[in-house]
Amino acid sequence: MKALGHTRPWSVIRHVLLLAGALVMLTPFIWMLSTASKPQTEIFSSDLHLIPYHFALWDNLRDAFARANLWRYLLNGLIVTVSIFGLQVLVALPAAYAFAKLRFLGRDVLFALVVFCILIPPQATAIPVFLLLHRLGVLDSYAALVLPFTISVFGIFLMRQFFKTVPDDLIDAARMDGISEFGIVWRVMLPTAIPAVTAFGIFSVVAHWNDYFWPLIVLNSEHLQTPPLAVAQFRNNEAGTNYGPLMAAAIVIIAPLVIAFLFAQRRFIEGITLTGVK
Amino acid sequence: MADAATAPGGMAAAPGARARAFPTLRQAGGSRAAYALTAPALVLMLLMLIGPLAGVIALSFTDYQLGAPSFAWIGLSNYQEMFADRVFWISLKNTLTYVAVVVPGAVALGLGIALLIQSGTGLRGLYRTIYFLPVMATLIAMAIVWEFMLHPQFGLVNGLLHAAGLQGHSWLQDRATALYALCVIGIWQALGFNMVLFLAGLVSIPKHLYDAAELDGAASAWSRFRLVTWPMLGPVTLFVVVISAIRSFQVFDTVQVLTKGGPSKSSEVLIYTMYAEGFEFFRSGYAAAVTVVFLAFVLSLTLIKSVLGRRDVHYA
Repeated sequence: MKALGHTRPWSVIRHVLLLAGALVMLTPFIWMLSTASKPQTEIFSSDLHLIPYHFALWDNLRDAFARANLWRYLLNGLIVTVSIFGLQVLVALPAAYAFAKLRFLGRDVLFALVVFCILIPPQATAIPVFLLLHRLGVLDSYAALVLPFTISVFGIFLMRQFFKTVPDDLIDAARMDGISEFGIVWRVMLPTAIPAVTAFGIFSVVAHWNDYFWPLIVLNSEHLQTPPLAVAQFRNNEAGTNYGPLMAAAIVIIAPLVIAFLFAQRRFIEGITLTGVK
Repeated sequence: MADAATAPGGMAAAPGARARAFPTLRQAGGSRAAYALTAPALVLMLLMLIGPLAGVIALSFTDYQLGAPSFAWIGLSNYQEMFADRVFWISLKNTLTYVAVVVPGAVALGLGIALLIQSGTGLRGLYRTIYFLPVMATLIAMAIVWEFMLHPQFGLVNGLLHAAGLQGHSWLQDRATALYALCVIGIWQALGFNMVLFLAGLVSIPKHLYDAAELDGAASAWSRFRLVTWPMLGPVTLFVVVISAIRSFQVFDTVQVLTKGGPSKSSEVLIYTMYAEGFEFFRSGYAAAVTVVFLAFVLSLTLIKSVLGRRDVHYA
């Protein structure tokens, strides 16, 4: 490998191949931007062109925001992803600390159970969880979107692995200072675990911002829709007629994560590839 | 995956290894605290994961329909009905076809791109970012973009084909091509994820192995790949294959929004069947039986993964 990198012709071939592949990978994004920037007449023409003759991105965006309450959907996405992540941390961190640093009867069995639960694909539990929420009378609400994901067994596993590397002396010192076990979780363990929590947060937020399956099942009301559901709805209402505004809406929906990703690529890639489970 | 496996400390290693200053105090007070700290997680786990998992299996032996006042245990009737249903077999066959196309595609391309990126030093970060972008972008939104690109009349794909003097096609509306069109979207979306896993694997191959191979006469790039890279990547590759397979089994978003399993069931897949039966026709019992089949496939793949994962450790 090393030797190859230094030869001139290979370096050129490498770039040619990678650029060609990159072009294919980017085509949907480019075409999305191009279509969102074209007026109706240019979209429905058999003449293919990338750069619009008449630049209509702002018109299409305005149209998209007029046809669908996109701000509301973005807000819903924010509320849901932040609530899920916050509750996941609240639930997982104390458990992770206990599994990593405390000794108690049944610890290993319970932790084995946690590891087992990582293997359960989210679609498999959908029907019973749906019935449970139905029973509780919380379908079609933020609670229905958030509750099932408040427990992240993967989060517990990940944070436990991290907490195991924290020196015991740190904890003993905190105990000497009279800090309770609960206090240790938040005042001693959490500050040491910020990188791991960040990675997990990116993983969690990306997964739930992009999730389509669960909101599709539990929601009816339009005003509660999350971004993926909203863009699918938009497509069902407008497809075949208004591709410009539809593409503009798609841009709005993917923009928050893509922009965040471009600013912190390394962290995002680390966070998302944290697990192959999802 | 690799990150989890590399995290230090096996399950039994750390806690007992060092003599404790206050062993008794620690255990007495610690025990009660430990249960208090784990209780919320364990209760939720029971309620949202273990209970529902047992529930879905139990449901598959009932005739429960959502909203019905009661249900009856009907033994294997759901399974009998399912195995006698043509749609189920189509759905299973389509799912396996999807997996059989997307997994090799996304793994081979992911590996190829990782090797290309790693074979030089220029623009590494840029390439990685570009190839990873589809993993990030909301799949539903991008599926809709793909749909427009595949539009029979005004789509980019047919437009380019026409420009090249070739015949266009109604990709998503034709039963011969719909599933494969979804496969292409699946590969496009997944390969960046695999690329990153392979890049991590490539970085961890010790440099001295290449030097040793060169000393032994492995001069060409191909022989270095065959003698060093490929064997060293073996565990990572198997791991990526299994993960890709698990993810492909879960294909749903693109199907639901683009084809609804059609035309004439040609792109019907397991999770979509489950969704339609369970949440459109509210036949919870029958949908549960479909779920159990899905679960059997995914769990056996996961089992393979955990066995391979253990073997993976010493390369990390």
